[in-house]
Amino acid sequence: MSATSLREPVVIIGNGMAAAKFCEELTALAPERFALTVVGAEPHLAYNRVLLSSLLAGEVVADDLVLKDAGWWAARGIELKLGTAVTAVDTAAREVRLADGSVLGYGRLVLATGSSAIRLPLPGMELPGVMTFRDMADVGALLAAARPGLRAIVIGGGLLGLEAATGLAGAGADTAIIHLADRLMERQLDARAAGLLRQAVEARGIAVHLDAATQAIEGTGRVEGLRLADGRVLPADLVVVACGVKPNADLARAAGIGCGRGVRVDDHLATDAPGVFAIGECAEHRGQVYGLVEPAYEQARVLARRLAGTLSAYAGSVLATNLKVSGVHVFSAGDFLGGAGTQELVLADPGLGLYRRLVLRADGSATRLVGAVLFGDTADGLFYLDLMRSGRDIGAARAALAFGRAYLAPDLSTQSLPEAA
Amino acid sequence: MNAPVPLPRAEAASIAVVDTAVRTTCPYCGVGCGVLASPDGAGGAGIAGDPEHPANRGRLCSKGSALGETVGLSTRLLAPMMRIDGALTRASWDAALGAIADAFRATVAAHGPDSVALYLSGQLLTEDYYAANKLAKGFLGTANVDTNSRLCMASSVAGHKRAFGSDTVPGVYADLDEADLVVLVGSNAAWCHPVLFRRLEAARARRGTKLVVIDPRRTATAEEAELFLPVAPGMDSVLFAGLLVHLAEADGLAPDYIRAHTSGFDAALAGARALAPDLATVALRTGVPAADIARFYALFAASERVVTCYSQGVNQSAQGTDKVGAIINCHLATGRIGRPGMGPFSLTGQPNAMGGREVGGLANQLAAHMGFSAAEVDRVRRFWGAPNMATREGLKAVDMMRAVAEGRIKALWVLGTNPAVSLPRADAVREALSRLDFLAISDNVRASDTLACRPHVLLPALAWGEKDGTVTNSERRISRQRAFLDPPGEAQPDWWAMAQVGRRLGYGAAFGWRSVAEVFREHAALSGFENEGSRDFDIGGLAGLDDDAFDVMTPQQWPVREPGEAGDKRFFAEGGFFTPDRRARFIVPAPPAPAARTDAAFPLRLNTGRIRDQWHTMTRTGLSPRLAGHLPAPFAEMHPADAQALGIASGDLVRLASSHGAVVLEARITDGQRRGEVFAPIHWSGANAAEARVNALVEGATDPFSGQPESKATPVRAERVTMRFRGFLLARTSLAPPVAAWWTRVAVEGGEGWLIADDDGPLAWRERMAALFGGCERSEFLDVDGGIYRGAAYDTEGRLEALLSVGPVEDAPDWTAVKGLLTAGGLGAAERRAALAGRMAGAAAACGPLVCSCFGVPLDPIRALVEAEPGADVARIGAVLKAGTNCGSCVPELKRLIAGMAVPA
Repeated sequence: MSATSLREPVVIIGNGMAAAKFCEELTALAPERFALTVVGAEPHLAYNRVLLSSLLAGEVVADDLVLKDAGWWAARGIELKLGTAVTAVDTAAREVRLADGSVLGYGRLVLATGSSAIRLPLPGMELPGVMTFRDMADVGALLAAARPGLRAIVIGGGLLGLEAATGLAGAGADTAIIHLADRLMERQLDARAAGLLRQAVEARGIAVHLDAATQAIEGTGRVEGLRLADGRVLPADLVVVACGVKPNADLARAAGIGCGRGVRVDDHLATDAPGVFAIGECAEHRGQVYGLVEPAYEQARVLARRLAGTLSAYAGSVLATNLKVSGVHVFSAGDFLGGAGTQELVLADPGLGLYRRLVLRADGSATRLVGAVLFGDTADGLFYLDLMRSGRDIGAARAALAFGRAYLAPDLSTQSLPEAA
Repeated sequence: MNAPVPLPRAEAASIAVVDTAVRTTCPYCGVGCGVLASPDGAGGAGIAGDPEHPANRGRLCSKGSALGETVGLSTRLLAPMMRIDGALTRASWDAALGAIADAFRATVAAHGPDSVALYLSGQLLTEDYYAANKLAKGFLGTANVDTNSRLCMASSVAGHKRAFGSDTVPGVYADLDEADLVVLVGSNAAWCHPVLFRRLEAARARRGTKLVVIDPRRTATAEEAELFLPVAPGMDSVLFAGLLVHLAEADGLAPDYIRAHTSGFDAALAGARALAPDLATVALRTGVPAADIARFYALFAASERVVTCYSQGVNQSAQGTDKVGAIINCHLATGRIGRPGMGPFSLTGQPNAMGGREVGGLANQLAAHMGFSAAEVDRVRRFWGAPNMATREGLKAVDMMRAVAEGRIKALWVLGTNPAVSLPRADAVREALSRLDFLAISDNVRASDTLACRPHVLLPALAWGEKDGTVTNSERRISRQRAFLDPPGEAQPDWWAMAQVGRRLGYGAAFGWRSVAEVFREHAALSGFENEGSRDFDIGGLAGLDDDAFDVMTPQQWPVREPGEAGDKRFFAEGGFFTPDRRARFIVPAPPAPAARTDAAFPLRLNTGRIRDQWHTMTRTGLSPRLAGHLPAPFAEMHPADAQALGIASGDLVRLASSHGAVVLEARITDGQRRGEVFAPIHWSGANAAEARVNALVEGATDPFSGQPESKATPVRAERVTMRFRGFLLARTSLAPPVAAWWTRVAVEGGEGWLIADDDGPLAWRERMAALFGGCERSEFLDVDGGIYRGAAYDTEGRLEALLSVGPVEDAPDWTAVKGLLTAGGLGAAERRAALAGRMAGAAAACGPLVCSCFGVPLDPIRALVEAEPGADVARIGAVLKAGTNCGSCVPELKRLIAGMAVPA
């Protein structure tokens, strides 16, 4: 490997989707310039976390999740140190210290440490049978526990909770969701879409409890039930906590790198430490921490270009959720709730499980799309997202806009889509 | 009784039966086309033109062709009804007929015979007409028998009688085949007599017949003419007076004919010179360029074979009889009458106005082309054995309705017409009808503006396809209308109902007919009774047809004085007029002027008329989706300059108002309209539109000779009506009119359509949709700020039950692309979306199930790529289609897809 010794060493901490995307982009742009080392705490090759719920539901097998096989990494000369946690970063010495005691020097360091599931500060949280749903190991544990007749409760009616519940129900468990808010996925869906989602979830045999605060996990020696703030106790053999994630920023914080909720980065994804960058769910850009794959990919692309010497900057992502949850396609982006000063287009065909709400803002002579929530058919999601990002005047097309790209005049419908990943 | 003994059947053998098709006659215009109807056994019928009928030789127009779409029973009145305690209630025929007989008997007893009246229709068969006329004029003792034909061709009748001494159409259709010049005056024949117009077009193609059209509007007919003279309303007689002057000055007269067969020429020429002394005066008064008038005069003078056809533009005028006279003057003065290819020719509007005239079913005729002279009254009395003969003219339609309004007529029986829509000042007529002591209506529909006038008795009449009898067309040709459908419900022939009332009044012997053939034989016998050539109308030669011969009677022109009489059926080539001295009379037209003047308050002149694909008040043509497609909404045509001055653009709603009423119509801007004039069609009524009763505006001053009202020259004002929202509702089932400020109902395939305009916006319409279809599965699109609401309702099989679309007036929804969904069966997801979108998606639609949600890539293009490139992997799919390149969730599916397609089939 003598040829690589002349290359600038780049160390990537984290082996998730952001890291894989970054490696792919950088080796494509500058195949000879850097010596890449990826250090990952999980023992697996980088995998598609989005598919964890499919894995849990038995729709795919573990191999299907693998983003790049070992040969791919080897062919690009990328060194993988998997199953190895980083214990410290020394920004002055430009070194990282690994759990196995080894030390890696770096020219550039990329933090792609992701995020971790939040565990609630409630009594009984430590009981056996209380789990999270975040990584391959969690899926393994859930699969091991799930069986027909198992009474499972998922705390959290957001994306992760719904996916966990769907997976558990798919495995035959008698599943319920406990959610604090008055609707499912309240950060991604409006009331009507959330109502439709609830119907779809319930159609899978999953009980949904809204406006439900968990007071404690009960049990002697292991989980036996869940007590709600209203006093009801729901019997349970398994509790999955899916109340959100927090950025994995402790390593950076300990290294003295500027952090808020996540590792603070500028428009070049640079932290305040020389040669140290952060991308993905651990990064905080303009006060915003993203929990979705698309911003992470955008950041990975921008950083790869930058390191390859191309002028490139990250200006933030218009928040978009685009996923299949509990068997239903759901998309939301931007200011999908609207409010004062906005207008809305609503298309609904409950019989087909279809709902769309587009939020418009008219200023001066132009009308712009500023938010969207799609339920059931999300084929036009990224098209709408692109219209939001471009800020194009859609005034002339508003009567047809909600029906999708196929109904629009060529000048709008052929508008370029976001650049391919 | 004078019912003659049937003679052996005459012509049965000459009828060739075409399969199972029934030979009958079209129920629309006066062309009288033969129709072959093939019942489908399910209540409908296949319709084709009868190649053997001399009027049309197999051709049919749009309306005739669509007859099969109009024979359904959905709108029919199928049982007698009587008003009991204020509500119409189903009754027996016996009770209903008894109520009519009682009411008429009591009214005559209390107020005299002229306190009752019958109002008939050119849609009735000759036998119906005959029974009604006999009942009134011989047995009730009143000549208050008039008909909607009064609105149609009364001025032609009067013009004929003034000039010829009889109501005689001298020519035959074949004259159009043989003319060198055809002049159409006040006739949009291309739309209103289409088959005749095609016959003329064929002659033009074959022999170069010239066509001159005289009309205030540049109609579809005018577009086809060599020469179009856009005459000012009412000035036709100036144009023809000028022609007479020109003929006299250009040595274009026929002095021998004038001398031998006419009287009054000198006075007529002097009168013409007073009206039209020179070309410049004619040009000034008619508004037509002098050069064009000169061309017309020269053409007329040079063409021996010239036919002048005229229709409602001439007749529907307060000077209609003079116009007819001015036209006939020119033909008499040139001797161009009654010979092949020449003559004045009245194109009759209705299918059996001519039959009504033959019967005498008009207030100013007695019967069978006889008037009210003592000798004629006595002759008819003897023939009928009538105890109560009417001895003087009765009230013509407009006067009749005035008498109704003033309470002089207290009991009225309306048959087969819709006077609350069609008469001038229609709102006042509607009001007057509603206040009658007794109103009976025979009709075959159960809802119309007239039926809404609080009738006391309703009788279910037979419709076309069920009726049996005869009709006469514009060339005096009597044709059979034959039944090819069974009578539905309790419907009965009108002649039967008349006879039943006659019997109940105690005249069983006079009304003992057992069949329509018996009625026809009596009618034919009366025409020949003591005739001896003194009356033009004589079909005594048909009085001996037995029932079988009547059944198979072929179309034939009168006169038929003797059985089997053939030969030339033209009149007057050698004089022989029906005046006392057997000479024709030239007439002197009065200086013409429309009866009502425009002024500052009502500065425009309203011309009314017909459109190609509708008939009368649309009770029949309105059932045909095909016919509705041409011009679905009531409209007003305006000249661009008038429209601009009023700020009216094409498609805007415009309110037309006269001192009698108002309508709101869709504006159509056309320079085919003269400046200062507005045109509106007459077909819409309160039954199918919110505010489109055009005759409500019409002043209706009557012609002094014919009593025909002036329907085409009413002073009105126009103003733009702003309604913020326009839209449509399509529904599979029949609904009450939607709650909208303006609406029109339109027949569409598989249901009904409603065009709507309103100031209420999306949220109000959303509520209305929910109220109408709350029980159905529904989908919707709502854009409150954009002013759009669209809602669809589905039945349990997923078929479209209703579709509502409301949008801002400047971007009004169009139903063209979605109308067909009503008949589409259960709709798929793409069609359901298209229903709300108002149109089908572009080519990107329907590409199979979605595979990649991120980039919206469906299955089909992925399959296509893998088929085209057998080695294509996930990366290749991503590079070409982007599928799988964002979140990657679909990559497993892509892999399976590739693997599945790699396996040989």
